[in-house]
Amino acid sequence: MATLIRLLGDFDIAEEALHDAFAAAVEQWAEEGVPANPRSWLISTGRFKAIDRARRSARFESVDSSSLDNLSPLTVPEYNVDEVEDDRLRLIFTCCHPALSPDSQIALTLREVCGLTTEEVANAFLTPPPTLAQRIVRAKSKIRDARIPYEVPSRADLPERLETVLHVIYLVFNEGYFASVGDSLTRTDLSGEAIRLGRLLVDLLPEPEALGLLALMLLLDARRAGRATAEGEMILLEDQDRSSWNRAQIDEGTELVERALHSRRFGPYTLQASIAAVHAEARDAASTDWAQIVALYEVLLRADSSPVIELNRAAAVAMRDGPAVGLSLIDAILVRGDLTEYLPAHVARADLCRRLGLTADSIASYERALALARQEPEKRFITQRLRQLRATSPR
Amino acid sequence: MKYLCMIYDDEQAWQKFPKDVQDGYMREYMAFTDSIKKNGQHVGSNQLQPSHTATTVRIRNGKVSTTDGPFVETKEQLGGYYLIEAKDLNDAIQVASRIPSARSGAIEVRPIVERPA
Repeated sequence: MATLIRLLGDFDIAEEALHDAFAAAVEQWAEEGVPANPRSWLISTGRFKAIDRARRSARFESVDSSSLDNLSPLTVPEYNVDEVEDDRLRLIFTCCHPALSPDSQIALTLREVCGLTTEEVANAFLTPPPTLAQRIVRAKSKIRDARIPYEVPSRADLPERLETVLHVIYLVFNEGYFASVGDSLTRTDLSGEAIRLGRLLVDLLPEPEALGLLALMLLLDARRAGRATAEGEMILLEDQDRSSWNRAQIDEGTELVERALHSRRFGPYTLQASIAAVHAEARDAASTDWAQIVALYEVLLRADSSPVIELNRAAAVAMRDGPAVGLSLIDAILVRGDLTEYLPAHVARADLCRRLGLTADSIASYERALALARQEPEKRFITQRLRQLRATSPR
Repeated sequence: MKYLCMIYDDEQAWQKFPKDVQDGYMREYMAFTDSIKKNGQHVGSNQLQPSHTATTVRIRNGKVSTTDGPFVETKEQLGGYYLIEAKDLNDAIQVASRIPSARSGAIEVRPIVERPA
């Protein structure tokens, strides 16, 4: 598909061509057997079918025939593996072009690179299929009309463009990993799809941050089985049964982190993956190397000073130096007016207050969190904590 | 393929700049225009008079109606444009990013509809 888009210069024509080629394959392969190189066969056939179609329509509409000339050479080239791989990379960069809206980037990548159907993408994002179909149509017409090129960016543009690609992959992963509304199975598929994309990218372009992102996804996903009870109730990291974590994935992720760190050109994804790796190597929450986690968050803050990272650092400091120190850091963030609508900030504050015996403060923060909660398991978790606190609090 | 690069910037901020800053900008603009004239990407360009000189024209119920001011009031105003020839959008973005006002304001890049002659 990616190669056909390059040869034909248009997503829709390429899709039609591939469709025609498959139809021809069903007939011809049944009679003559599968050709030695089915991929090359499909690409060549698809290309000829497209030229055919263009010629037929050219006879009716006086289409500029020069555009057909560059399609015409009637040789059957061998499409080698390298070339096809390059085309996949071009396709990824085109689908994740920053001139397309983030929503379109995600939809187009899942559709064109991962091969999901429009319905599958729509279901995964709880978007009505017609809305999603329209989003894809609009994105494709922008690619065509504004002439977004089908190419891997130059060295100079690569860091910025790669960032968009990584961001798209990470958004797909997050949608699968953190959202618990809707059909949970489809969601797992999204994380799996993101990891597949991450692997593809690492194969095609082993940049440190691509390694870092794949590592991060593998390490987070390794905890999947420990994150919820069989009934779907959420379990906090500190209470998870770590023997349920996927060791093979952790080993692979840890090795990738080391490769990325070794390059000395790593960024935020590698740092987050390093933090996940530190969690993964600890037997339990108590024996976690919190000092190292705090240090990693500090490096991360220097690269990207976001309040969310500051909150995570505060939580790690609380584990290292005790809840009182952590609480004063979180309060400082909230007093500043940051994260006041951010659920994890209130949950973290409530938990620290609970540990310090500040029951009234803890209840107030859990109530604030409950008002912000959008997911059922999260609401049940907070409600349960509130019940426990109210039972112990003196009237 | 042709692209129109529309230059949006804060007029009032511009008018408040000291003379030497304004002159510096103009020199940069001239150098930029020269550079795209030399490499053949320049098709046309103009600076516009400030937006308070704008008049908006409509026909309603068969009658011409004119109103004072630009079609849309925005914080940043259209102050000029370049019509350029570029290989593709990446090429056009590359050119647009060298327009001096990209640093203070924003450049909207729009592909031009090409009709067969």
